Amino acid sequence: MKTIQTLLGTAALGLAIGLTPMATMAETPDNMLVIANRIDDITTLDPAQSFEFAGADVIRNIYGKLVNFDPADLDAGYQPDLAESWTVSEDGRTITFTMREGVKFQSGNPVRAEDAAFSLKRAVLLNKTPSFIITQFGFTPENVDETIKVDGNTLSITTDKRYATSFVLNCLTATIGAIVDKELVMANEVDGDMGNTWLTTNSAGSGPYSLASWKPKESVTLSANPAYYGGEPEMKRVIVRHVQESATQRLMLERGDIDVARDLTPSDVDGLAGVDGVEVLREMRGRLMYVSFNQKHPELSKPQVRQALKYLIDYDGMENSFLKNWYVGHQNFLPKTYLGAVDENPFSLDVEKAKALLAEAGVENLELTVGVREAQERLEIAQSLQNTFAQAGITLNLEVGTGKQVLGKYRARELDIYLGAWGPDYPDPHTNAGTFAYNPDNSDAANATGLLAWRNGWDTGGLTEKVSAAVVEGDTEKRAEMYHEIQAQFRDTAPFAVMFQLIEQAGMADNVEGLSLGGAITSVAYWDVTK
Amino acid sequence: MANFATETERRPWLPLPPWARGTLVTLSSIAVTMLGLLFVTFLIGRVMPIDPVLAIVGERATEEQYNAVYRELGLDRSLAVQFFYYVTDVLRGDFGTSLLTARDVSTDIARVFPATFELATIGILFGCILGVPLGVIAAVRRGSWIDQIARVIALVGYSMPIFWLGLMGLLLFYGILGWVGGPGRQGIFYEDMIPSVTGMILIDSLIAGDWGAFRDAFSHIVLPASLLGYYSLAYISRMTRSFMLEQLSAEYVTTARVKGMSEWAVIWTHAFRNIRVQLITVIALSYANLLEGSVLTEIIFSWPGIGSYITTALLSADMNAVLGGTVVVGLVFICLNIFSDLLYKVFDPRSK
Repeated sequence: MKTIQTLLGTAALGLAIGLTPMATMAETPDNMLVIANRIDDITTLDPAQSFEFAGADVIRNIYGKLVNFDPADLDAGYQPDLAESWTVSEDGRTITFTMREGVKFQSGNPVRAEDAAFSLKRAVLLNKTPSFIITQFGFTPENVDETIKVDGNTLSITTDKRYATSFVLNCLTATIGAIVDKELVMANEVDGDMGNTWLTTNSAGSGPYSLASWKPKESVTLSANPAYYGGEPEMKRVIVRHVQESATQRLMLERGDIDVARDLTPSDVDGLAGVDGVEVLREMRGRLMYVSFNQKHPELSKPQVRQALKYLIDYDGMENSFLKNWYVGHQNFLPKTYLGAVDENPFSLDVEKAKALLAEAGVENLELTVGVREAQERLEIAQSLQNTFAQAGITLNLEVGTGKQVLGKYRARELDIYLGAWGPDYPDPHTNAGTFAYNPDNSDAANATGLLAWRNGWDTGGLTEKVSAAVVEGDTEKRAEMYHEIQAQFRDTAPFAVMFQLIEQAGMADNVEGLSLGGAITSVAYWDVTK
Repeated sequence: MANFATETERRPWLPLPPWARGTLVTLSSIAVTMLGLLFVTFLIGRVMPIDPVLAIVGERATEEQYNAVYRELGLDRSLAVQFFYYVTDVLRGDFGTSLLTARDVSTDIARVFPATFELATIGILFGCILGVPLGVIAAVRRGSWIDQIARVIALVGYSMPIFWLGLMGLLLFYGILGWVGGPGRQGIFYEDMIPSVTGMILIDSLIAGDWGAFRDAFSHIVLPASLLGYYSLAYISRMTRSFMLEQLSAEYVTTARVKGMSEWAVIWTHAFRNIRVQLITVIALSYANLLEGSVLTEIIFSWPGIGSYITTALLSADMNAVLGGTVVVGLVFICLNIFSDLLYKVFDPRSK
C-alpha cells in the first residue's frame, strides 16, 4: 500500500538523519578548561555587589586583591598579592600597604595605590549587601576620605578601633576586596553609579583571567591575561557551562565534553567509580547544615527542651546513609579548617535522655513546624527529624517552600524551627561567631535580620560580649582559645544544633591538575591548572 | 458556531467596510486579552509569598539596604499605580530589567525565545510528519498490527515522564553511542563562533556558511526535538485517528467506494480533506504547548529557552522577567490562534 510506503520512507529518512554519528569530538582541547556547574545564581559581576558562590568563583579569577590566598597552599593563610608588604601602626588601628610595582590592569593601566583606595571606598559608598565585610571596621561614606588614604605607592587604612590584624586582612581577601581599574570603571559611570551598572556585566581587573562573556544561566567564558604579573595561565580559556542536572553533568564528563563536573550527587559520584580517565576531587567546604529553635516559642525557650531536641537528631544515621560523602558530622559553628575550629561533637541520638529532659521541663504533646527549603537532602533531613522527634512524642510538621519563601518567614522570626545552611562570608572566625553567637539587641525593633541569633530570638547569655572581645584580640593563639570557649558554651546553651559540614565532590578528568575549589575559606582558582 | 457569528455580525455597528471592522474587532480583542493577561500575572506576582527585594539584596542585607531597593522597585507605591506604570512601560516596549541577569528583559527574551522557537518548530514538524500519516493509517487499518503499534506509541508518549525519557535518550544516544551532541545548543568549539543574526543557531550557521557549526548545532537539537516531537506525535496521531474514523464511517465515504473510487482517493481526497480543519487546531495547540511548556526538556538538555527562563524567574521572584516572558508567550498563543483562524478560512469551504 502506497500510504505505508510513504510512511516507512519518511520514517527511514528521519532515522537516517537522526542516527548518523555527528558528535565525534570527545575531548576538550589541551589549553582549555571546561566546567559544568550551576551558575544561575550569578546576578552581577561587580565585586562590590556580588555575593553568590558562582559570582565569587568568577571574580576570584579576574581580580587581584591586596592580599589573597595561594590556591596551592590555602593553609598558609593570606599572602601578599597586589600589596607587596604591609606594616601595622603601634596603636594597631592603621595598616599601611606598599603596592607591588609594575603590575598592570587588563586595560593596560598601571595598578596604583589610588586604584586600591578607590575600590575600597567604592564598596563603602555603594553600600550593597556585602559592604558590611568592610564597613564593620568603621568605614562610613562620611569618613572614607580620612580613613582610607593614599601616599604615593602606599595605601593606609585606619579602623575605628583596634582589631586583630588577621581579622582585617582576612576580610580583604573576600570578593569585596577586589581591586578595580579606577580609570576604566569611572569612564563607564552612569548617573553617579561609580560604574556599578557597567561592572555588572564587564570586568576591570588585573587578575589571571578577564571576562570574555557571561550569558546568564548559560555560560561564563574567561580568557587568560597574557600580562598577568604571576605569569600567563596555561589554560587560555575557561568555559563554565550552566548544567542543571547532576546526571547530565556526569554524562558529559564521561564523554569527555567537560573536564570538571561540580554538582554531582553522591550517587553520581559513586557511579563514576571505575570509569576510566575520571577521578573525584574532594574538598571540605565552609557550609554548615543546622536546625534552630525559635526562642519566642514558649516551650522551645526552655533550656531542657533545647537540649532534648539536640539528643533527638540521628546525626550518625544521616551521615552514614543519604548524606554519605556529601556532608560530614560537625556540631560547631566554626567550620573545620577555620582558626579556632574544634572537633568536639558531643551529641548523638539518645531518645531516653531526651524524654527525661522533656519530662523535667514539663513538656508534653509538643507540636512544632519546621520550615525547610525544597531541596532533596534538606527534605530527607527534615523527614529524619520528623521520625526521631516522634519517638519522644513530638509531632513535627514540615512546611516546604522555595528558598525565598522559607527564608522570608525565618527572617521575620515566624518559624518554630528552621532547617537551613549557612556559609561563612569571609575567611575569619568572626564571620560565623558574629552570626551565630552575637546579638546585642534582641528586641523586635532591632530587626537585625542578618544575625541568626536574632532570627531565633536568642539572647546569647553573655556570648555577645565574648564574641566582641575575641575579634579585637591581637594574639592569634589566645584568640583561637577564646573561640574554643565560646563554642563550648554555644554547644551547651544555644538554640542551634549544628549538624554537618559540606564536602564538595567534583568529578574531574584525571589529566587535570592544580585545580583548587577554595576549601572552606575561598573560591575556585583556575590559574594553576594544567592538563 | 461560525454561522451564528456571521448572523449577528451582519448588523453594522460602525460605518466601516467589513474587512476593517473585522480587523478592528480582532485587534481590540487582542488588546483586551493582553491587558487581562498582564493584570492577572501582575497580581499573582504581587501576592506570591516571595519577596522580590530579598531576592535582590540577599539574606545578609541590612534594613537600610533592603529599604533602598524596596523604593527603587517602586514597591512603596499603591498596586494600582505600580500597575499603571508597568503597563505604560510595556507599551513603550520596556519590560524593565531582570534581577537575575542584570539585563533588559526584552534583551533576555530576544536571546531565549529563538532557542525555544527553533526547538519547538523542529519538534512539531517531527510530530506532524510522522503523526498525521500514522493516525490516518491506524484509522484505515483499524484493529490491524499497525493500529496496535500506533496505540502503543501513543500510550508510551502519554504515560512516560518526559524527564525520564530525556535522560534515557541522553544516556543511550549521547553517553553510550555518541551519535548526538550533548546538552546545550552548541559544542564548546563553536561557542561564540557564529555571529547571531536570528538567534536560531541552525539558521545563523547557514547564513555564516559554516557547515561544521550547522552539523554541530543539528547534532545538539536532534535529540531534544525528537523527544518533544514524540510527545506531540503521540497526541497528533491519536487525534488524527479518531477524526479519520469518524469520517470513514460517514455515508459519503461509502457512496464514494460504491461508485468505485480508488481507496487512495477516498482516504486522501475525500476523508482527509474533511479533517484538515480540525487537525490544524490540534497541531496549533500542541505547537503552543511546545513553545511554553517544554521546561523539563530545557532543563535536562541545558537548553537556554523561554520555558526555563520563566520558571527560574518565577522561583526567584524576578517579576519583570516573569511578566515579560508571560506577555511573549501570551502573544504567541494569540498569534497561533489568529493563524489557525486564517487557515480555517482557507480550508473550510463554509467560511467562504
